[in-house]
Amino acid sequence: MTSSALLINRLHKSFGKTEVLRGIDLEIPHGQVPCLIGPSGSGKSTLLRCMAFLEEPTSGTVVVNGRPLGYTESADGTRTRLPAAEIRAVRSQIGMVFQQFNLWPHMTALGNVSEALKTVQKLPVREAEERAMAQLQKVGLENRADHYPSQLSGGQQQRVAIARALAIEPKLVFFDEPTASLDPELTGEVLNVMRALAADGMTMVVVSHEIGFAASVGQKVAFLDQGKLLINGTPREVFQKNRHPRIDQFLETYLDRGAAMLL
Amino acid sequence: MNFDINLIVSRLPELAQGFGITIVMWIAGTIGAALLGFIIAIARRYGPLPLGILLRVYIEVIRGTPFLIQLFLLYFGGPSIGLSLEPVPAGLIGITLYGAAYFAEIFRAGFEAVPHGHVEAAECVGFTRTQVVFRVLIPEMTMLVLPAAVNMTIVLAKDTAVLSIITVPEVTMVISAIGSEFYAFVESLFLLALFYWGLVELCGKLGRTAESKLSKYRFAAS
Repeated sequence: MTSSALLINRLHKSFGKTEVLRGIDLEIPHGQVPCLIGPSGSGKSTLLRCMAFLEEPTSGTVVVNGRPLGYTESADGTRTRLPAAEIRAVRSQIGMVFQQFNLWPHMTALGNVSEALKTVQKLPVREAEERAMAQLQKVGLENRADHYPSQLSGGQQQRVAIARALAIEPKLVFFDEPTASLDPELTGEVLNVMRALAADGMTMVVVSHEIGFAASVGQKVAFLDQGKLLINGTPREVFQKNRHPRIDQFLETYLDRGAAMLL
Repeated sequence: MNFDINLIVSRLPELAQGFGITIVMWIAGTIGAALLGFIIAIARRYGPLPLGILLRVYIEVIRGTPFLIQLFLLYFGGPSIGLSLEPVPAGLIGITLYGAAYFAEIFRAGFEAVPHGHVEAAECVGFTRTQVVFRVLIPEMTMLVLPAAVNMTIVLAKDTAVLSIITVPEVTMVISAIGSEFYAFVESLFLLALFYWGLVELCGKLGRTAESKLSKYRFAAS
């Protein structure tokens, strides 16, 4: 456990001629909960998706627990794509939670959570379902196990999605704007689950506009602007001491909406 | 004009046989068309590009020409290329090839309508490409295409009437023959319309039942 949970080196990502990420370096130690904030289009979701290899970086490396994800890059910059099985193995250390939940509509909550245990890990059905049930308990939804996604509220769906991400026992969990499509009340129940997870010592990377969550739970806050990490520091450093003018500008509307007390 | 349905009903055994053949042609043809359409959709999605182009041409030709002409070409033109078929097998092959082009497009659109995020979620928990196809794409696609597939099944039910022109002894051919025999065209066509309507209603009812049974699997609002 000497290596970092995640190490990102000179990461670039372009879509056609648009350069979305322009050289990101980031190191995430085990047990840390960094929050990525920034304006829309700053590249924070793209960065998270590159970290999970849902997007292929144009150049640069992502190393998860000492194992390169997707490509290996030699000193002279030539890249070799790793075999699909290796990519799956490295990726199985990452749990991903999406803004749109992305639960499979034809499976119950229990089915969604146990599916990877049955299909990928080939556990016997009973064991898979017991383990899935334990995850549902963690997010407080054991009594919704036989409900289909269409029968659950948005907040419940997102908690099932968190349970599904946790079921494969990842070393890291990524959250891509997990509460952006929820109302404030449902946002609260999802954030509570995330707080409990952080308190358990899980390494989490959270892309969010929930500045309050970033300030209170994140040990590190990274502010992305136009594809670059503008600031990476503790919430206190980012939000209070010598605030960068760009952050002032970004926070203005939050402060207007009464979030000043959180900072 | 006398409207005497009894003239036709008196030939019940022949009629029953005609009904039977129509239903067999319809069900076997629909199953064949759906299966072939599914294979075409999969081949176009995952197969090599030249095969995809070939299948695209097939779909365009079938959808661009009348079923009547396709049947004529198959049944009367077939022997000139060494393909001599009895009416019933020719009819079955014809309806399968015809329906498959439409089903292939229904399935293609269905696959494309599955949200990409559902696939990404599966990749993130370690599914292989094949597991994604069988555990996520096919089940979700099936739910999405149900209304369109029921619709196509209804269209095929009525299109079996066209098989009469290549002398498949289905109900349209049987009733037309009886009608000409008694000069009772209105009665015969009326009875025929009633039969197809009943068949379509039954099919629609089954479709609605299936849709409501599957409604809990519908896509969740976020």
